[in-house]
Formats: sequence, C-alpha cells, structure tokens
Amino acid sequence: MSLLAIDDLAIGAGELSLVDGVSLSVEPGEVVALVGESGSGKSLTALSIMGLLADGLQRRRGSIHFDGADLTQLDDEQLRSLRGSELAMIFQEPVSSLNPLAPVGAQVAESLIVHGRASVDGANREAVEMLRRVGIPEPERRARQLPTELSGGMCQRVMIAAALISRPRLLIADEPTTALDVTIQAQILALMSELAEEANTAILLITHDMGVVAELADQVCVMYGGRVVEQAPVEALFAAPRHPYTSMLLKTIPRLDEEPKQELFAIKGNVPSPHDWPAGCRFRTRCDRAMEQCAERPFMSGQVHRVACHHALGGDL
Amino acid sequence: MARSMSLVRTGLSWWPALLLATLVLFAVFAPWIVPVDPDRQNLLGRLKPPGFEARGHVFWLGSDELGRDVLSRLIYGARVSISVAFLSVALSGVVGVSVGMLAGYLRGTVETVLMRLVDIFLSIPAILLAIITVAVLGPGFINVILVLALTRWPRYARVAYGQTLALADRPFVTLARAMGASTPRVLFTHILPNIAGPLLVVATLEFGLMVLFEAGLSFLGLGVQPPTASWGSMLSTGRSYVASAWWIATFAGLALFLLVLSANLIGDRLSDQIGKGR
Repeated sequence: MSLLAIDDLAIGAGELSLVDGVSLSVEPGEVVALVGESGSGKSLTALSIMGLLADGLQRRRGSIHFDGADLTQLDDEQLRSLRGSELAMIFQEPVSSLNPLAPVGAQVAESLIVHGRASVDGANREAVEMLRRVGIPEPERRARQLPTELSGGMCQRVMIAAALISRPRLLIADEPTTALDVTIQAQILALMSELAEEANTAILLITHDMGVVAELADQVCVMYGGRVVEQAPVEALFAAPRHPYTSMLLKTIPRLDEEPKQELFAIKGNVPSPHDWPAGCRFRTRCDRAMEQCAERPFMSGQVHRVACHHALGGDL
Repeated sequence: MARSMSLVRTGLSWWPALLLATLVLFAVFAPWIVPVDPDRQNLLGRLKPPGFEARGHVFWLGSDELGRDVLSRLIYGARVSISVAFLSVALSGVVGVSVGMLAGYLRGTVETVLMRLVDIFLSIPAILLAIITVAVLGPGFINVILVLALTRWPRYARVAYGQTLALADRPFVTLARAMGASTPRVLFTHILPNIAGPLLVVATLEFGLMVLFEAGLSFLGLGVQPPTASWGSMLSTGRSYVASAWWIATFAGLALFLLVLSANLIGDRLSDQIGKGR
C-alpha cells in the first residue's frame, strides 16, 4: 500500500480552478519530485496534504490517503496530531520560516513538545543532538541563538533538524534550496536525503530545478497549469520524456557536451494565468505538436510511465 | 539579549523611568513614609498653607478643607492612581489582545463579529460609557477598574488584530502549524512575542490615560469614595478653594502631570526604539 496516495485532487479559489485532478502516490522511503513552473499548483498540492491551505482556497474534490486514512475526512485535531509527527514540512525561505524571537534549539524541539513525546528538558537535549547531526558546529551554543544570528544555510539545517527530529513517515520539502547559495545547495540536499533515508522517511520534493530531480528523485511528477502531465521513474523520464512540455523543459537545461555559444532554448510564451487556461490540454497554446484534438482534455494513460497527451512523444507504449 | 540591553541604555533616557519608579515606590511604601495618617482631621488647622506647623508636625504642602495633611494624601493618592491604572491596563490588555489575536488569526465569522464589536465600542464616547456604567454599577475601586477596562479594551484589540493579521501568513507561523502546534500554542508562543513590542507601547500610553480617566471619574465623584485619598477628588475639592488655598489643587494636579508625563515619555521612547529595531 502506498504511504501517500492523492487521487483526483482539485483546489480552487472562488471562480478559479488552481489544481485540477492531480493524482500521485508516494511509496514508503521513496523520493518523489513534483516539478513545474511557478503557479503550476505544486505548493498548493503540498499544503493541502498538510491541511494548511490558506484562507480562501478550498479543496473541491479528491482524496488524500496517508497510510490508509483519508486526510480530507479527518477533523482538525486528528490532522494536527499527524502534523509534526508523521508528516513534516520544510519551506523555501529558511530565515523567515523560523520564529525570529525563539531560540533555534526550542524550534527544533517544538514538534516533540507539542506532541508530548518528550519532556521539555528531554526535547531540548534531543534538539541539540539533532543540530549536531545536521552539521551545526557547537550545537549547545547555537541552540540558544536566535535565527537572525545564523546564516541562511544554517537556518535551513535547523529547519531540516526540526522536521526530521520526530522521524516522520513523509517529509514534504517545498523548494528547500531555492533561497540558498548554489555552493551549499548540494550539501543541504545531501544532508536531507541522508537523514531521511536513515529514518526511512519518504520525501515529496517540490522543485523547479531538474538538476535536483536527477540527483535525488526516484519518481517524477511533472505539473503544468494545475494538472499532472507526466509521471515516470526518474531514469525513464530523463531518457525519454513523453510529454512535449517535459521534453521542452529538459531541453532548456544548458548542457556541457553541446556546442557552446548557441542560443539557449526557451519555451515560447508564458504560463497562462488561471483566469484564461485554454480548454482541453492546457499546454496546447505553447506546444508545437498541438492539433485540433488537443482541445479535448487528455487524461493520464500508461502503466509505469504515464502521460496526459494526445500526441505523446515516442508513440504508444 | 543584546538588543534589550541597548534598549535600556540608549532608548530610555533615565529621568521618566526614575520618576515613575519613585512614584511607584511612594505608592507601595505609603504607610511607612507618610508624615501623618492621611485621614486624620484637624478642624482647627483647616486650609493652612505649606509649612504650617501644628500638633508637633509640619504640613509641608499645607492642609485641606478638613485639616488633613496634603502631602500624606498625595502619597496615598498615588496608590489609587497607580493601582487603578495598572490593573485597568492589565485587564483591558488581556481582554483586548486576546480578542484581537483571535480575530486576526481565525478570520471569518469570528473576525467579523469581534471586530464589529470593537467598532461599536470605539464609537461610544469613552467617558460617557464610563459615567453610565459607574452610575449603574455604583462607584468604588473595583468598579472603576472594570469600567476603565470595559471602555479601553478595543484599543488593544485593534492593534493586536492588525499585528496578528500581518504575521498570520508569515512562513514561520505556517511552519509552526506544520509542526502540529495547536491554535493557542501558535497564538501565545509564536505570535504574541512577536507583537508584544507595539502592544507594550500602547499599554504604556494607555497607562497615562488611565491615570487621567481615574482622576476624571474621581473628580466627578464617580471614582473611589471619600475618605480614600485620590488625586482626582483632591482636584475636585481643591477647586472650590483655589482662590484661598491654591496648594490643594495645585499639588494634586502637579502629581498627576508628572505621572502621566513620565508614562507618556516612556511610551514614546519605546515606540521610537521599536521603530528603529524593525
């Protein structure tokens, strides 16, 4: 049984449909990457798993099964008991994601304390140990400092420590390295995946960085315009992308083995706003393979390598 | 730590704080420092000017219409002013801040109901509401505190509401929720410390205002009741004798002025300091 199984999730705000029929699953211990441009609905999907959608956003339909229980049917208190213990999350902005007036040690200990898993003293000791494991030097001293006294990279380590201290079953990492210097991105990712592996924690990794995907992910879900357009094991997706969008996305990455100085490839046009998503396939206005048939919505098909396109690359598999 | 130290060192010039501390000490230790019992009358020594000597002690600030020592009454009056102001600020602060944080964090119907209630209270003239309520409840120490809290809590609610709204969508609040923190925990351990600065400024300025309100109610005879000494009632009775015995109203007014001034100066400095810290 999958650890996490999202089925036909739709999220909207007023008239707008922002996420439309997303289905994906995460197996225990697996790393699944959710890839897409800004506004493709990946963060909304993640927040709805945690039950933390902002005011004004509603889940319109679909189910989110975690370890067999439908999270959408749980009441606030039941969901809260899962958050921070079974489900954990890391955000994009490490510095503003920590309480500016609380010592970092206390923030790492937070989930143990709110779930009553340890006494305050015990939780603080565990927090110091966790800070040591995420590679923070002098953890006893650092634990008493405020986030503003730490660098961005350090703060991201603190957030990872806070998320993993309770050994959650699923970690949702929303662009964990976007705000960091390139030089420490790799360290942070390695640290996160190493600690997650030790605790057999599955990761739902939200990113728009294909390099990160290739490095960490087992499975990849590509989102466009609030829908999943392609889903495949990472090797298959990079070797033979089937959706034209995925294919173009991969082509945008500059390659070292190509002729230098040639113009970088860009997908023409912009992501349409949710106000005027085209009917049928939402990528068709930017797709060079679009035909009349694309005005009808394509649904996901395939077994291992799934794609939602009437004219998928590589023919019918 | 470093920041709070510098707040004390550079943010507060010393004298308003020293003045306030002195007045608080006078209030606390009143029974031990007053020259004579503030309620002891001496009908032969009525309305005597400062420096008058009778029954073996000097009336440094003169005597009032019943021959009571003005200095002793002033010192006891500080007790009433400071304790009424402090308790009403504490009570209205707790109520107002809770209401404001709940409205700003929970939003929706709770927000609409609570904030409209705040609007209603703010639209009633505070002193009028206070007078009506005292008229219904009857005057007295506890009632004055209740009345002041009743009229002033919306101010804290407004500030706490705005500050909470600004914080509620910040990532660290969402992260706290993602850690499984309950609503009370999010409000009291994550939001409250981050909005405490502006609230402290409001509370300090309100303290000065509460001193004046209490004096106003006592002036009108709706505050603490005689013979308990209060600066407001001293002003009120002193007013009748201001031409012949200027010292009664003058010293009561001066005491009020100094207490309110020191509270307001501290509030202003705090507010400047918080502005710089941002």
